[in-house]
Amino acid sequence: MIMASRELYQEMILEHNKKPRNWGLLADATHKAEGLNPLCGDHLHLSLRLAGDTVEAVGFEGEACAICKASASMMTALVKGKTQSDAEQMVQEFRDMTTGKLDPAGPHHLGRLTVFAGVRDLPTRVKCAILPWHTLHAAFAGTDTASTE
Amino acid sequence: MSGHGKLATTPAVALDIERLRRDFPILDLKVNGKPLIFLDNAASSQMPRQVMERWVKYRSEQHANIHRAVHYLSETATAEYEKARHKVQAFINAAEPRECIFTSGTTDGINLVAHGYGRKFFAAGDEIILTTLEHHSNIVPWQMVADEKGAKIRVVPVNDRGELLVDEYRKLFNAHTKFVAMTHVSNALGTIAPVKEMIRIAHEHGVPVLVDGAQAVPHLKVDVQDLDCDFYAFSGHKLCGPTGIGVLYGKAALLEKMQPFKGGGDMILSVTFEKTTYAPIPAKFEAGTPPIGEAITLGAAIDYLSAIDIERIAAHETDLLDYATDQLNRMPGIRLIGTAEKKAAVLSFAVEGVHPHDVGSLLNDDAVAIRTGHHCAQPVMQRFKVPATCRASFAFYNTMAEVDALATSIARVQKLFA
Repeated sequence: MIMASRELYQEMILEHNKKPRNWGLLADATHKAEGLNPLCGDHLHLSLRLAGDTVEAVGFEGEACAICKASASMMTALVKGKTQSDAEQMVQEFRDMTTGKLDPAGPHHLGRLTVFAGVRDLPTRVKCAILPWHTLHAAFAGTDTASTE
Repeated sequence: MSGHGKLATTPAVALDIERLRRDFPILDLKVNGKPLIFLDNAASSQMPRQVMERWVKYRSEQHANIHRAVHYLSETATAEYEKARHKVQAFINAAEPRECIFTSGTTDGINLVAHGYGRKFFAAGDEIILTTLEHHSNIVPWQMVADEKGAKIRVVPVNDRGELLVDEYRKLFNAHTKFVAMTHVSNALGTIAPVKEMIRIAHEHGVPVLVDGAQAVPHLKVDVQDLDCDFYAFSGHKLCGPTGIGVLYGKAALLEKMQPFKGGGDMILSVTFEKTTYAPIPAKFEAGTPPIGEAITLGAAIDYLSAIDIERIAAHETDLLDYATDQLNRMPGIRLIGTAEKKAAVLSFAVEGVHPHDVGSLLNDDAVAIRTGHHCAQPVMQRFKVPATCRASFAFYNTMAEVDALATSIARVQKLFA
């Protein structure tokens, strides 16, 4: 039985969609990338400022659905102040959680981002939730564009 | 032509929708425990039992390869396949059956012409006219041949209602213009293009016209001789038929001078390693074993729709469109995209503050199936400055109650995002 989408649209996701954190691109970014989900048109720009190995500042902008925008908002709040390798680990954990390979009840570093665990049952929306994380990975890697295709 | 927005006249006898719905087993489906409300007919329409039964009969009693052997089944399959071609001819009023080529769908038909006509006759500096309303399938094949030949694409603009600007279209013609490819009905906006007038203008310049009829054929009475189009492409699966089958109509004189699209069996008269002589049309364009059962089943879909009468279908769909337009116009925070005076049963809209994908997912909770996205018409999205739209598209088996359910479900989404 596929869960109802409505269960995914929890208060926290709706709130982050309405008032995304870290909205706006950094003027002094050291890393940036563009994320594109060609199928549904989600389109993000992500910028980072790394001081040594640490994500000192992060900002994003774009046109995206609530799932994607809230995922980006909560992601930026989570990775700020973290090291690149910690952030990369979270990228992996988030991918694993949304594709059903990581149990949100088990050990991980995703905190409240477990609200996105439900997308694993909505195959058409997994890409929306993952796009910001792909984009973060691309920014670290120095790739300009990330795509969910 | 019918289905022209408010111009459509109500037929003397209205359709018995409840009776017709019983022909469609899928309409009994429950999604998330609720009755399916299928409003994604522009993407693909559903199949009635009578059409499914034709497939079963073909597979049970008539299947063999066609145009080959002398045995009973091969002769039967060949006769049924050619009978389907005659049904297509009558359906679109082509002058001759050989002008109706079976393809795998609209995209295949357009590629056939881009290759068979474009690659043979286009040269550097030539110009191809397309419109802003085109589906990617009527853009990309032309770009491919234009890139190869050094030809240029020119585009007919639309106004804010989504109507083609015919005066601007006239101005695009010059000595280099070699071809016009345009949609009959916009899949993203529902606009019915003034194809007959635009074909006449092209012909004044001696330029042939291909019409993408994928969205038109299920909703309007199409008469290719009256339109005087040079090519007309459509798909079976938007016509209550199967996927994998479509039709390309072409005027015989043009088809005869084109090069084949695919080489293979069934499209030749004789083959040696030195030279191949092609078969006459339509076989020249039907290389390999065609989708025989699909073509025959498409014939049954044409019979089914013709028995209902396309004019009455158009009238009911116009009622649905008018009612849905009115319902959505009454709701705050809804913007309709595509408000042409002449529209087929497509309603594209945006819900203020809610991305179309969120709308689509949440409507699915209520078993309301709509399409969200760019509808393979990104130039239309760019023109209207939206990344995507929500699109409800109606078929004759949809009801006013389903339109009410759509509106109720949208209101629930708005409440959630308020």
